[in-house]
Amino acid sequence: MCTITPISLTVGANRIVPTVAIPHPLGNPSLPRDKEYKLRYALVEKALKALQTEITEQTIFE
Amino acid sequence: MIKIVHYINQFYGGIGGEEFANHKPEIREGVVGPGMGLSAQLKGKAEIVATVICGDTYFNENIEEAKTAVIAMVKKYNPDIFVAGPAFNAGRYGVACGAICQAVKNELNIPVITAMYPENPGVEMYVKDAYILETTNSAAGMRKALPALGKFITKLINNEEIGSPEEEGYIPRGIRVNYFNERRGSARAVDLLVKKLRGEEFTTEYPMPLFDNVDPHAPVEDMKNAKIAIVTSGGIVPKGNPDHIESSSASKYGKYDISGFDDLTEETHETAHGGYDPTYANQDSDRVIPVDVLRNMVKEGKIGSLHNYFYTTTGNGTSVANAKKWGAEIAKELVADGVNAVILTST
Repeated sequence: MCTITPISLTVGANRIVPTVAIPHPLGNPSLPRDKEYKLRYALVEKALKALQTEITEQTIFE
Repeated sequence: MIKIVHYINQFYGGIGGEEFANHKPEIREGVVGPGMGLSAQLKGKAEIVATVICGDTYFNENIEEAKTAVIAMVKKYNPDIFVAGPAFNAGRYGVACGAICQAVKNELNIPVITAMYPENPGVEMYVKDAYILETTNSAAGMRKALPALGKFITKLINNEEIGSPEEEGYIPRGIRVNYFNERRGSARAVDLLVKKLRGEEFTTEYPMPLFDNVDPHAPVEDMKNAKIAIVTSGGIVPKGNPDHIESSSASKYGKYDISGFDDLTEETHETAHGGYDPTYANQDSDRVIPVDVLRNMVKEGKIGSLHNYFYTTTGNGTSVANAKKWGAEIAKELVADGVNAVILTST
């Protein structure tokens, strides 16, 4: 899970989930706490989905 | 007279082929095999006083014993320079040449030099320990390899400065040397860019490291029972950074127990990373490693469990070699602990 996905591609990550920003990949301090938690939850759900997906090459899960 | 000891394998030593690859190390006075051609290149400035011959399989299967035995043999001749090979693309021979060069350099503190094909596994393992001259992939390149070796050895004898890999024909060792260029960096960068846009040849001043790609792993089939672990290069550590992980160019990684945490807070965790504004991660480290969400997902039955430990380092300026080594160590532990999948977060 990372924000600068071209770097993840360069270093060879296979399942890539784009995130929010470099200093807070899994959060957004401008949101109220409950909404920020929901955002993080959705991103982790996306990661779990990526982990359960069959892939044959490096894939970004938008 | 400069004295050289030369290391070769059983094949070049004239003992025999693969069936003699278990030959134990021996040393003979004077030149043997390719040493003859090499000797001619030295033009009387140096003498190959002895030649070590060792079977490739023996060396690789008994690496410590072989090194100890060869060092003892070499020491007796008190050489000024040690040469191994050329090994071309012979894998075990290349590894033996690299390993013995490293050992001789460490034990006898004399210049060591070998030669092989860039894809020989000996290069990746020992390129930092010895000058490795580039050769072709087969012994057909001997005619070129020996003069190159001779020239390089002559430079060593004359105490001449060794130039860049391109100038001298050795494989780059990953060492950067500072020097003053007459032209400023911005002008050189624009020149490179223009050449690139025109489709012309250009040589970068800062080659990127080569990264390996691995085949994607099979998907997790039973997420409801899967054990998930967290690994991060975002530098999240227990408050106070107990192991003093460096804020950049980290020399280590940390492994920390999160079994007692449902939520990371300002009081419990922070980031050690010096490459991004730490304000948000210090306020709430879940923004980098989602412990709160994963805990709730365990309760909700979406995942089986969250691994009790997370692994962490700071990813800025950290060398690829270190990262690779730590990755292998961490992966080994995770597998041993029955982890099924990893969420890796990076900042």
